[in-house]
Amino acid sequence: MSKDNQVLEELTSKEYEHGWTTNIETESAPKGLNEDIIRFISSKKNEPSWLLEWRLNAYRQWTKMKEPRWPNVTYPPINYQDVIYYSAPKQKVTPKGLDDVDPELIKTFEKLGISLTEQKRLTGVAVDAVIDSVSVATTFKETLAELGIIFCSFGEAVQKHPDLIKKYMGSVVPVTDNYFAALNSAVFTDGSFCYIPKGVRCPMELSTYFRINAANTGQFERTLIVADEGSYVSYLEGCTAPMRDENQLHAAVVEIYAMKDAQVKYSTVQNWYPGDKDGKGGIYNFVTKRGLCAGDGSKISWTQVETGSAITWKYPSCILKGDNSVGEFYSVAVTNNHQQADTGTKMIHIGKNTKSRIVSKGISAGYSQNSYRGQVHIMKRAENARNFSQCDSLLMGDKCGAHTFPYIDVENNSARIEHEATTSKIGEDQIFYCLQRGIDEESAVALIVNGYAKEVLNQLPMEFAVEAQKLLALTLEGSVG
Amino acid sequence: MSITTTDKNITTQVASSIEQRLKADATPQRLQALQTLNTLQLPTTKNEEYKHTPLTRLLEKNFTFANEISESTLRAEDLNSLLIDGLEADRIVFVNGKFNESLSSAKSSTSLKIVPLKEAIVSSDLARQHFGAYANFKEDAFTAWNTAEWLDGFFIHVDDNVVIDKPVIFYHINDTQAGEVRSSIRNLIVVGKNSEVTFIEKFDSIGSGNHLSTLVTEGVVHENAGLNYYTIQNDKGNRYQYGLMEFYQKNSSRVNTYTFTLDGKAVRNNLHLKLDGEGIESHMYGLYLLGGDTLADNHTVVDHKKPNSFSNELYKGIMDGNSKGVFNGKIYVRPDAQKTNAFQANRNVLLTDKATVNTKPQLEIWADDVKCSHGCTSGQIDEEAIFYLQARGISKETARAMMLYAFAGEVLDNIKHPALHAYIDKLVSERLHKNF
Repeated sequence: MSKDNQVLEELTSKEYEHGWTTNIETESAPKGLNEDIIRFISSKKNEPSWLLEWRLNAYRQWTKMKEPRWPNVTYPPINYQDVIYYSAPKQKVTPKGLDDVDPELIKTFEKLGISLTEQKRLTGVAVDAVIDSVSVATTFKETLAELGIIFCSFGEAVQKHPDLIKKYMGSVVPVTDNYFAALNSAVFTDGSFCYIPKGVRCPMELSTYFRINAANTGQFERTLIVADEGSYVSYLEGCTAPMRDENQLHAAVVEIYAMKDAQVKYSTVQNWYPGDKDGKGGIYNFVTKRGLCAGDGSKISWTQVETGSAITWKYPSCILKGDNSVGEFYSVAVTNNHQQADTGTKMIHIGKNTKSRIVSKGISAGYSQNSYRGQVHIMKRAENARNFSQCDSLLMGDKCGAHTFPYIDVENNSARIEHEATTSKIGEDQIFYCLQRGIDEESAVALIVNGYAKEVLNQLPMEFAVEAQKLLALTLEGSVG
Repeated sequence: MSITTTDKNITTQVASSIEQRLKADATPQRLQALQTLNTLQLPTTKNEEYKHTPLTRLLEKNFTFANEISESTLRAEDLNSLLIDGLEADRIVFVNGKFNESLSSAKSSTSLKIVPLKEAIVSSDLARQHFGAYANFKEDAFTAWNTAEWLDGFFIHVDDNVVIDKPVIFYHINDTQAGEVRSSIRNLIVVGKNSEVTFIEKFDSIGSGNHLSTLVTEGVVHENAGLNYYTIQNDKGNRYQYGLMEFYQKNSSRVNTYTFTLDGKAVRNNLHLKLDGEGIESHMYGLYLLGGDTLADNHTVVDHKKPNSFSNELYKGIMDGNSKGVFNGKIYVRPDAQKTNAFQANRNVLLTDKATVNTKPQLEIWADDVKCSHGCTSGQIDEEAIFYLQARGISKETARAMMLYAFAGEVLDNIKHPALHAYIDKLVSERLHKNF
C-alpha cells in the first residue's frame, strides 16, 4: 500500500510537460462578446460580408440558447464576457513562406516536437500550426497542391476558395446545432481547411496543431474537411496549452464531409492543460465534431486519445446517410486528479447496409469522473444496419468514478445491434502473474493498461501512436488501485 | 367581448381533480405531495427519464379526469376468467382502485398481517415508520400523484422467522363499463428477519373504456429474508399505468422480481432496489412481448450502497406491430460498495419495421474493486436457424414461434413457483403461436 501511495504521489506531483509560455507580442480584441467584437474579428480577417452575416446570425441564435446542463460534469458558471475572443501573434507582414514566420513561433512548435521546417521530411506529415486565434504556418502546401489537394488555414480558404467554404461550412454542424457550436460559429477565428479532389489518395498525413498561448483567451477554431468522390485522407490533430490558474475555454467545431466512396480518418491526441493536482485551472474542452457520410460507400473513422483538459465534453459523431457507409469511433479517455470527461459518440444510421463500430476505453484515476455517453440510432429506412459497441472502464483508486450512458434507439427490425460494457480494476492476479515473471509492479501496470488500450492505439497513425503510448504511460505510471 | 381562458395544463387538471377527491382526507403529506406534483409538472418527453415515453401526452389525449369514481357491479363469476388456474393463493382484489372484500380471500394471521394501509398508518407504529420512507415523491411527478391521491392499499407485515408458503396475489381490476376509470393504489410491505414470502400482482380490466392505474409499492426486506415479486400485465383493455416498486434491502436479503408485460396501451414500470447491506442477492427478470400499439417502458435502478453484494438483471423483449419497447437500467455502485458484482443484460427482437426499441443501460460506478457489466442487443430471428428447422419439416410459422419461445425461455426458466411457471409459460407460448 505504501508503495502505491508513493507512486501515486509521484504521479500526481508530475508537472504538465507543455506548461510553458512563449513570449511573443500579441494583438488581442478587448474582453467580452457583442456584435462589435464579431465585426472586429471579421474585419481583422478581412472577410466577405456574407460570412459576417453568417457570424452575426449565429451570435443572435446563441444569445437565445441555453448552456447544456445534461453532461455529467460540474463547473462554475462561465462568464462569456470575461473571455478574449481574438488574440493573434503580432506579425509585421502576412508570411509568404516559412522564412517570414517569426522564429520565436517556429521555436515554440519545435519545442512541442512539431517541425515546421520542411527539411524534416522524414516525418511525412503536413502541418497547419494554429496558435491562439490564428494559423501561423502550413507546411508542404506546394507538394499537396500538385495533386490538387487544398490544405490551408481557414482564413486563407475563405479568401481563396469562398465557394467551397460557402457550400460546406455548416452543412454538417449547423449553426444552431448546440450552444458551443453556435458560439464557435459566431466567433471562430481560424482553423484548417482541407479539400481532397476526386480519386486522390492524400500521400501524407495532414495535421493541425493547436496551441493556446495568451492568457484569458478562448480558442475557437473550425476545421472543415471535404473529401470528394473516391478520395482518402488521414488527418491528425494535437493540442497543448500553458499552465494557468484560470480556466480557459476551447470550443471548436470539426466538420467532415465525405462523398461517394471517400474515406476520412481523423485522429486526435488531446493534451490540453488538465489543471493542477487540486483541480485548479485547466482547459474546458467543449468541442463539436461530426462527420457526414453523404455518399454511398463512404467511411469516416474517428480515433481519439484524450488525456488532457480539466473538462472534456465531446462526441465525435458520424451521420451514415449514404448506403453502405461506415462509421468508426475508437477512443481512449484517461482522467486523473480532478479531471472530468463526458465523451462518446453518435452513430446515426440513415442509409441501407450502414455499419458502425464503437470501441471506447475509459481509464479513471485520482478524483476524476469519466463518462461514456453514446447513441446508436437506426432510422426507419436503414435496412440491414449493423452496429457493434464496446465500452470498457478501468478504475484506479476508490475516489474516482466511471459512468456509461449508452442510448440505443432502433426503428428498423433488420438492424443488428450489439452493445457491451464492463467496469473493473486491474486484477491482483494479473499483477501477480507479471511479478512472478520478474516484471515489477509499475511495468506490469503499464503493460496491462497498454494492452487494455491497444485496440484503440492500433488505429492511430504510427507517429501518433508513439506519442499516445508515452502519454498514457506518463499519466498512469504505477497508479495501482 | 368576453375573454375566456381555458387552462389546458394537464398537471393543473389532475391536481384539481385530486384535490376534489381528497376533501376531508387531506393529510399534510398528501397536500405536500400535491404541491410537489404542481411544482414538478407531469413529465414531457423533454424529461430525460421520460424521453421515449409520452405518457403525459397520452393521458392528456385520452382522459377527462372527471372526479366521480366509477362504481362497479362486478360479481365473483366475472372474475373467474381472470384468475390463475391451479394457483393456491391468498387473494386481494381491487376493483377500480377500491378493495373488494367479497371477492377477496386473504386474511390476517399471526405471522402475516394484512391491514388496510389507511388504518395501519393510524394504528401501527411500524407502518408509520416505513410508510413513505422509500418511495420518494420529490423526484417523480407520478409518484407524487400517487402519494397525494391513493385511495386504497394494504400494509403487509411478514413476521420474523416464517416462511409463507401461499403466495399473496393482488388482482387489480378496472371496470370501465360505466366510464373512464382512474385508480391509485398504495402498498407497504415489511418482510421480517429470516422470513420468506411471494407476492403476485395481476392487472386486468373489463370493458373497453380508457383506464389509468397509478400504483406504488414500497417496502423493506430485513436481514436474511427473501422476497419474490411477480408482476403480470396482460390487460387486453385500454390500460395506462404508472407503477413504482421500491425495496430497501438489508444484510443477506434476497429479492427476486419478475415483470411480464404482454399487453396494455401504455405501461411504465419503475423498479428500484436499494442494496444497503452486505451479502445481498438481487435478481430482476423481465419479459415484454408487445404487439399492436402497446408502449411498455421498464426503468430499473439497482443501487449498491455496501460491499460484497450481487445483482443480476435480465430483460428481454419482442416487439411486433407498431409497438414500442423502452428499457433503462441503472446500476449505481457507491464508493463504499467494494467487491460488488453487478450484471445486466437487455435483449430485443423487432418483428416488424414499425416496431421500435429504445434502450439505455447505464452504469455509474464510484468504487474500483468491482465487476460490473452490461450488454444489450437488438436484432431479429436468425434466418439460418429458421431454415434449419424448415429443412426438418417444420413450417416457417412454427419455426419462428419456436425460436421466439426459446428466446423468451431464458426468462421463463427462472420462475420458481411451479403453478405460476405453468401459467405464464402457457400465456407466452399461446401468444407466440397465435400472434407472431
